[in-house]
Amino acid sequence: MYRYDNYDHTIVNERVAQFRQQTERFLEGDISDSEFLPLRVQNGLYIQRLAPMLRIAIPYGMLSATQLRKLAQISRDYDKGYAHFTTRTNVQMNWPKLEEVPDILAALAEVEMHAIQTSGNCIRNTTADQFSGVAPDEIEDARPYCELIRQWSTLHPEFAYLPRKFKIAVSGAEQDRAAIQVHDIGLQIVCNGEGETGFKVLVGGGLGRTPVIGSVINEFLPKQHLLTYLEAILRVYNQLGRRDNKFKARIKILVRALGIDIFREKVEAEWVFLKDGPRTLTEEAIAHAKSFFTEPDYAVLDDQQAQAELDRQAAADKAFSNWLKRNVRPHKVAGYTSVTLSLKPTGIAPGDVTDVQMEAIADMADAYSFSEIRVCHEQNLILADVKKTDLLAVWQAARQYGFATPNIGFLTDLICCPGGDFCSLANAKSIPIAESIQRRFDDLDYLYDLGTLHLNISGCMNACGHHHVGHIGILGVDKKGKEFYQIQLGGSSVNDAALGKVLGPSFSQEEIPDVIEKIVQVFVQHRSAEELFIDTVRRIGLDPFKEKVYAAAH
Amino acid sequence: MQRLIKDGAIIHDDWKLLDQELDSASKLPPGNIIVPLQLWLQNITELEQRDTAVGIWLDSDQPPRLLEGDIDSLALIAINFPVFSDGRGYSYARELREHYHYSGEIRAIGDVLRDQLFYLQRCGFDAFLLRSDKDAELALASFDDFSDSYQAAVHQTQPLFLRR
Repeated sequence: MYRYDNYDHTIVNERVAQFRQQTERFLEGDISDSEFLPLRVQNGLYIQRLAPMLRIAIPYGMLSATQLRKLAQISRDYDKGYAHFTTRTNVQMNWPKLEEVPDILAALAEVEMHAIQTSGNCIRNTTADQFSGVAPDEIEDARPYCELIRQWSTLHPEFAYLPRKFKIAVSGAEQDRAAIQVHDIGLQIVCNGEGETGFKVLVGGGLGRTPVIGSVINEFLPKQHLLTYLEAILRVYNQLGRRDNKFKARIKILVRALGIDIFREKVEAEWVFLKDGPRTLTEEAIAHAKSFFTEPDYAVLDDQQAQAELDRQAAADKAFSNWLKRNVRPHKVAGYTSVTLSLKPTGIAPGDVTDVQMEAIADMADAYSFSEIRVCHEQNLILADVKKTDLLAVWQAARQYGFATPNIGFLTDLICCPGGDFCSLANAKSIPIAESIQRRFDDLDYLYDLGTLHLNISGCMNACGHHHVGHIGILGVDKKGKEFYQIQLGGSSVNDAALGKVLGPSFSQEEIPDVIEKIVQVFVQHRSAEELFIDTVRRIGLDPFKEKVYAAAH
Repeated sequence: MQRLIKDGAIIHDDWKLLDQELDSASKLPPGNIIVPLQLWLQNITELEQRDTAVGIWLDSDQPPRLLEGDIDSLALIAINFPVFSDGRGYSYARELREHYHYSGEIRAIGDVLRDQLFYLQRCGFDAFLLRSDKDAELALASFDDFSDSYQAAVHQTQPLFLRR
């Protein structure tokens, strides 16, 4: 993974010093609340319902074992001994003290981490496919380009006061696992007829109050032009994006207002000044970025022999076999696999881990996966390079520490924002909803029969829990001071991205497990053979679900 | 009056900033003046005949292309920040320097605060009229917040990836 050189260290250390000085001035009363706000949020610091919240960046989801141990240490020293992994592959501490945040940032800088631009109206942490570099269906590894984008966007002088936040995602594989169609900018690595690498560029996607699927602004952008083209898009947005209404300030509103063709013309007109200038990426710069993402020292393994042994182990243990089916996926190198550690056991807030668990995962990464861990936007952690012959040991360790729930991609592997228990924006709680659903669907065999079914929960329309793109989406709403939940069906964040459609009137918290169960019953009744939930919804539409769910209510 | 920072030092401001309400060129004060864009566009001939210098200030919804043709002849262009978090002016300054190759003074006016100076400078501003309640002396330190940056900008045309 990427390692800092002196330049990176200096920039991050200077940012820590700058924020320390800004925090002191704020505490002394020299900076007002409103003047301090963008300074602190661009360093990841929110003032929350119960306490400040610090969001730490994990660039494109890559973590080293050393970094994870440091996060465990920080959560113990400055917080309550746990942390929360987010849908932007960042990690949040929910109880730090404002005056200690500069010290936390200094501790992070020691292990090449920071909280820069994890919030605020600026370019946020760039996300990527969690299986970059190891996926069998990969065209090219997204991470070197993510790192180039990280550097370009970090402390960018022109784009720190955008109309609204700005999120970029990159996918380098045929299957989109980075939800690029619902980002402000989505980049799909493509190869043209001449064997050259470039990007299909999407713009104006996003969730939140007005969910939109992104539009294609450029079918093939040669790779050397990546940063100048991004700069042209941002410069147009910075000047023309609405600033009078924060709910209409995202780039998706601008793109929709102008139409993609006019927006493209404006970007191209701006790009003329930047294209082929000194900010154009060179072969050397790309090669330098790639040099940090070379293959680790893979062993040459006999895949057939390893598989035979694994089959034998699986046959002897049903629980291990279930876990292999759901939490382990193929790897491009013979004899290797990628393992997803589930952070969604029933009864724990999705994405939450304790300090002890973080240290256990770091140990597992050291022992079995080249000391690296990845965070995915579904709020799970991944050991990307595990030998088939190590899977039994990995499963046993995962089980000991509570990450072996064999539910990846199942209804209980739900995406969930912190909701009203923590977040001051939320209209409703989301964690208790998640738990009540997990408790209702506790039969693994049943879940296995249902197959892949993504359920996403957001506590408000800001959509941090990506409810619009869940196969089942649940949105917390406020009705006359009481918490209610609206259900949507048919969303998707992958290649066939779609926004869910609202089922009908909302439900109380107590009704939700029954409602979800009825929805699943309609699916089971109508599905053909091995059909997945999303395909059944697309085939039969919402009416059969409405009939079942609302008939029973009367 | 000692709030103007120019090229990293606090200097005496010998320009008079005229506000938006002025709608006629008839009662302009003597000396160097900075006029709103509208006043300039409506009174170009009169203003060009003055013996003293005339600068123009752009509000945050007035991009530099509205000045096209006049840019080279202006000694000073000011860009207003109605609130510091309105970031359009950063792009305007870059366009003035990088598209129009404007070499005169670009002055930040309005809600101009210490914690934005580093970025403003990188975008091509070279003069800063700090908000009246702020201490310009203390603000000078912020120009040294960072010793290097990843991106190319007005005074560093080579991005870090070309210099590593």
